[in-house]
Amino acid sequence: MSAITVDAPAATAAKTKLPPKHTIRTLLKSLREYKTASLLSPLFVVVEGVIEIVIPSVIAVLIDKGITGRSMHDIWEYGGILIVCAAVSLGAGFLSGRFAAVASSGFAKNLRHDEFKKVQDFSFTNIDRFSTGSIITRLTTDVTNVQNAYQMLIRVGMRAPVMLIVSWIFAYRISPQISLVFLACIPVLGVGLIGMAAAVHPIFERVFHTYDELNNIVDEDLQGIRVVKSFNREDHEDRKFSKVSMLIYRQFCKAEKMLSINSPLFSLCMYTSLITIAWIGARQIVASGNNAAVGLTTGDLTALVTYAMQIMMAMMMLSMIFVMVIISRASAERICSVLTEESTIREVATPVKDVKDGSIDFDHVSFRYSVNSEKPVLDDIDLHIRSGQTVGIIGGTGSAKSSLVQLIPRLYDVTEGSLKVGGTDVRDYDLVSLRDQVAMVLQKNILFSGTIAENLRWGNPDATDEEIRHACQLAQADGFIQEFPDKYDTWIEQGGTNVSGGQRQRLCIARALLKKPKILILDDSTSAVDTKTDKLIREAFHHEIPDTTKIIIAQRVASVEESDMIIVMHEGRVLDKGTHDELMASCEEYRSIYESQTQQHSAQDLDKESQDWHEEEAEAAAFKQQYMHDEAAAGTKTEGGDAR
Amino acid sequence: MSSAATAPVAMVTDEDTLNDDARKPGTDPARKANPGTLKRLFGYIMKYKVRIVIIVVSIILAAVAQAGSALFLQTLIDRYILPLVGKSNPVWAPLVQALVLMGCLYAVGTFAQWLFNFLLVDVEQGVMKTIRDDMFAHQQTLPIAYFDTHEHGNVMSRYTNDTDTLRQAISQSFPQMLSSGVTALAALIAMLYLSVPYTLFVLVFSALLVLILRVLVSRSGRYFVKQQQELGDVNAFVEEAVNGQKVVKVFNHEDAMQADFDARNDRLYDASTAANTYGNVTMPVVGNLGYLLYVLSAVFGGLAILGNWGNFGLTGVGVYSLGTIISLLTLSRSFTNPIGQVSQQFTMVMMALAGASRIFELMDAQPETDEGTVTLVNVELGSDGRTMTETDRVTGHWAWKREASDDGTRSREAARKLSPKALEVAQKAHEQAVTSSNGRLTLLRGDVRFTDVTFGYDPAKPVLHDITWFAKPGQKIALVGATGAGKTTITNLINRFYDVQEGMILYDGINVKGIRKPDLRRSLGIVLQDVNLFTGTVMDNIRYGKLDATDEECIAAAKLTNADSFIRMLPEGYNTVLEGDGSGLSQGQRQLISIARAAVANPPALILDEATSSIDTRTEAVVQAGMDNLMQGRTVFVIAHRLSTVRNSDVIMVLDHGRIIERGSHDELIAEKGEYYQLYTGSLELE
Repeated sequence: MSAITVDAPAATAAKTKLPPKHTIRTLLKSLREYKTASLLSPLFVVVEGVIEIVIPSVIAVLIDKGITGRSMHDIWEYGGILIVCAAVSLGAGFLSGRFAAVASSGFAKNLRHDEFKKVQDFSFTNIDRFSTGSIITRLTTDVTNVQNAYQMLIRVGMRAPVMLIVSWIFAYRISPQISLVFLACIPVLGVGLIGMAAAVHPIFERVFHTYDELNNIVDEDLQGIRVVKSFNREDHEDRKFSKVSMLIYRQFCKAEKMLSINSPLFSLCMYTSLITIAWIGARQIVASGNNAAVGLTTGDLTALVTYAMQIMMAMMMLSMIFVMVIISRASAERICSVLTEESTIREVATPVKDVKDGSIDFDHVSFRYSVNSEKPVLDDIDLHIRSGQTVGIIGGTGSAKSSLVQLIPRLYDVTEGSLKVGGTDVRDYDLVSLRDQVAMVLQKNILFSGTIAENLRWGNPDATDEEIRHACQLAQADGFIQEFPDKYDTWIEQGGTNVSGGQRQRLCIARALLKKPKILILDDSTSAVDTKTDKLIREAFHHEIPDTTKIIIAQRVASVEESDMIIVMHEGRVLDKGTHDELMASCEEYRSIYESQTQQHSAQDLDKESQDWHEEEAEAAAFKQQYMHDEAAAGTKTEGGDAR
Repeated sequence: MSSAATAPVAMVTDEDTLNDDARKPGTDPARKANPGTLKRLFGYIMKYKVRIVIIVVSIILAAVAQAGSALFLQTLIDRYILPLVGKSNPVWAPLVQALVLMGCLYAVGTFAQWLFNFLLVDVEQGVMKTIRDDMFAHQQTLPIAYFDTHEHGNVMSRYTNDTDTLRQAISQSFPQMLSSGVTALAALIAMLYLSVPYTLFVLVFSALLVLILRVLVSRSGRYFVKQQQELGDVNAFVEEAVNGQKVVKVFNHEDAMQADFDARNDRLYDASTAANTYGNVTMPVVGNLGYLLYVLSAVFGGLAILGNWGNFGLTGVGVYSLGTIISLLTLSRSFTNPIGQVSQQFTMVMMALAGASRIFELMDAQPETDEGTVTLVNVELGSDGRTMTETDRVTGHWAWKREASDDGTRSREAARKLSPKALEVAQKAHEQAVTSSNGRLTLLRGDVRFTDVTFGYDPAKPVLHDITWFAKPGQKIALVGATGAGKTTITNLINRFYDVQEGMILYDGINVKGIRKPDLRRSLGIVLQDVNLFTGTVMDNIRYGKLDATDEECIAAAKLTNADSFIRMLPEGYNTVLEGDGSGLSQGQRQLISIARAAVANPPALILDEATSSIDTRTEAVVQAGMDNLMQGRTVFVIAHRLSTVRNSDVIMVLDHGRIIERGSHDELIAEKGEYYQLYTGSLELE
């Protein structure tokens, strides 16, 4: 995850990409095995809906013939029919409910699955574009929103239009003129709803973006809690959080207040239609003299009102769905942009699967993390490493040692030039095959929650207990693991907080060794390990994996001293390379690093160091002075204020 | 999460899904929302008393308007339309009047509907915000141990997924339930009005209905709780996976991660499907049982009319008339339907309560206790080096200030209880401390003494055994030793991230337990090996050490710690925005920024815990020189593996397996030719 954004506007510009097209089509691809359930659910809903319309007529007959007609026989008969209807409706309702639950939960499951799969394929550039917090929200909250909307859609979304259309047809059969009143509502509602959606959607988009920010703040606070506490920055974090929390509050309030006109709008339409129907109906009844042969009757009016009510219910449901869809639209788009994001690392059509050997060739390689950065991180690197060699890389902080080796397993792609492993350009390899042969122990050692053995099996899922133990012995980790009461079953907390830095490093080395790679890269991976252990690890490498190309980045000259080739890096360039003895003779930088560590200072270096020292002293003094001065100024002000 | 959690999950039955909580020792075994959650949630809602009253009234008005439309028609027909039928010259005025009146009622209803929807937004979002803020504020007070033992992603889920469930509950479920309740109540009263025996019959039937519903709702609720837990679990997994993406890639571990994810995802699916199924079938069950009631009522009605049964209602006694029966039949449906609506909303409420109880669980986590009373103040030091005057100004001198009731003997009393040896140490520390004549102020000199300190993260397994050592004021003290020797633990104890189990730590003669934690931590700058940076510019990150630092101060601190040169080479220099924990920077660069952050805080004492482990040795020398100058005369603790880092320390202590095995200066220890010497020459490993 590289994360230097050149400037904020550019970064946000990258984030607010155009919403992806065909959101729905993209999402629906994830339906897969839940298509059947997605179809069955609305089917049963329709059955349920039809029965719901049939039942009132059965009831009408029951009342007319049974109760009004005082016929116990009819009561039993139509009561029986009613119960059968209810039973069918119950069955249909149950099945539609079940299928809807399966379909929507399954859809959500597949969406999460697809998203996670996609995220796994992301390059670090991709991840930067989203940020960790955002990816998490897109996989959880956003999917839940879509799931709810989808469930609503396939159940109620089917039922409401069916009820609406059927009711309207019934109304039309009674009085075409009056049924037009309902139709008049449509443009009013349409304009209102579309206008509202247009106004609210951008706000919801912003809300979710703010949610990402909130998530990031919580994430950073959790990760950096030791820093927060040791600087007493609890209140500062609180303020940061409250600010974003407030923003969410405001944006949500704004959006939801706009949405609050939704149901009143529906009610308004409905009530207006009711009164209009009553008025027109009354006039027609009076005109017809309440004679069915001539025109409208009171019974017809009652029926019309019942249909009006049903239409109202259907519309209410539609408006609820509508709100849900509006809210979930932003979520759907966010999910979609994960699903359609193209990994910046692309694979070729016919990838090479076989890594021949562990040779590595850098041909005039340049590299930048971002196209916008002015200076390349690596500048014209030309290096050739033979298979089985041990190569040490040494250089100051920020000399791009890590960037150099991260190109080998293609964590990043070169910007210019080419990088070959085993004689083939890394971009031509199948990514999995390449990374299988390149084991890398990262500077930031990360273990995952799980037991030690589980963590180690990352290197090789099929490793036997003996193999694991052997790898740990090589990495000098077996000793301390045996001291744990649960040995290899010791539980590692997230990030490995319950083992020390040095222990973590050795576990990570063992994990890499289990891969039996052709190339092994240690990126400053023994910095927290004591010199003696460090030496033992290197000796083990030498004896046990002689054919593996070993690249060791280190701060300690001792760690690389015996390498076949030592590369001295300086500000993204190779300053010099050669064996220890050659470099001692030819490279002043190397010599001075060596001497600063062994204390065999030549007179000249002592001078140099003391000069450094004096410079620093002067700077520190200046800093202190300025600091005190600022504080004093501030202090005097307040004190002066007190005095007055 | 236990190891079992990674095992592939085959088809699980309902019962399995419910019972597999047992497999996860980390999660709350509670299957339902904790009791009292609802009450507590209402505590938050009731802060908006005025609005709630208006909302409740509006909801009732809207419900009445809605109910009115049902009754409206019959009245309209009977009283206003039928009388006009057949008249040659009908008078429309009464009908128009009635319609206008109705229109007014509808207008009021619509307005009420809008009003409560509108006002609810404030309440709902306000409650969510308050809860979020309270939760985060509480999170800040939790002890380090909480963060070390809880999955971060799961905690994060409470801020988003769990608070989100509240949104639906407050904005939809509660109002819907109220409005349905009003409708049901109206129907009940109307039924009582017409016939008491029939009402009783309906109530008995409804009681049976409610019993069935309870089963459905409680099942559904249980699964919703489960769904929230599983969601938290998925959240945790994604967080860990994304943060460890590099390792995943380097090990081609994508498939295994995917499988692991899918297992969790499947569990979430199971819970979600079950929860929603129960939720979805509630309404059909109620609706259709309502028809059953209808049929039963029709039979009842038929029998009643045929048999001329006696009836009594609130209006009086008589026989069942045809009209009464028909009205009762309609009313029975108006009574059972709202029950269904209420129970359907109930599942939403259950889910929200599940979310809320996870939130409250975090809020109820035991905060860090702080019984300390001694505070840290800036003082003006007199020329004799003993007289101290408290001041607001940063003078470069600090003092511990006791509260008025503290006579300065508390630490010695505590030591007396501990052991004679501890008392002796405390006595000596007290004598050497510079204390003002009234005993209220003690000069901060950085005199740290450990007496027989024993500590283990798990009390049964001590990491440190009987550690006794003294740091003299102004010394640079180094702790060296093999990995796992307990060096970092020592610093965790000094600033009280964890508390000692046995023994005592004295800081300028004061028991650290008596010092207020924020002041104690203010007195100790700390730079950790694992650097954590925050989203923001480089400048913001340095300023984290001292929030009111000027740009110049930050830059000066960066220069002092040798971070300036690389920062200037970043695309936007100090204004470069760091994201994702500053992961675009190398480990060494991140360490330089974190040292600058500590430098700008200008702390009275400093702990450098492997702070320069990723910085090359020559840069390290420059950084060290800078820090040594800044910290001149102040106590500094250095923890390192690299012996070059500790070489110029005043005292070096060699730790092994939680015990101090050697101490002295570099030269002394070399001369001694003991363990340090062997370590230094690389011929011995401490493990």
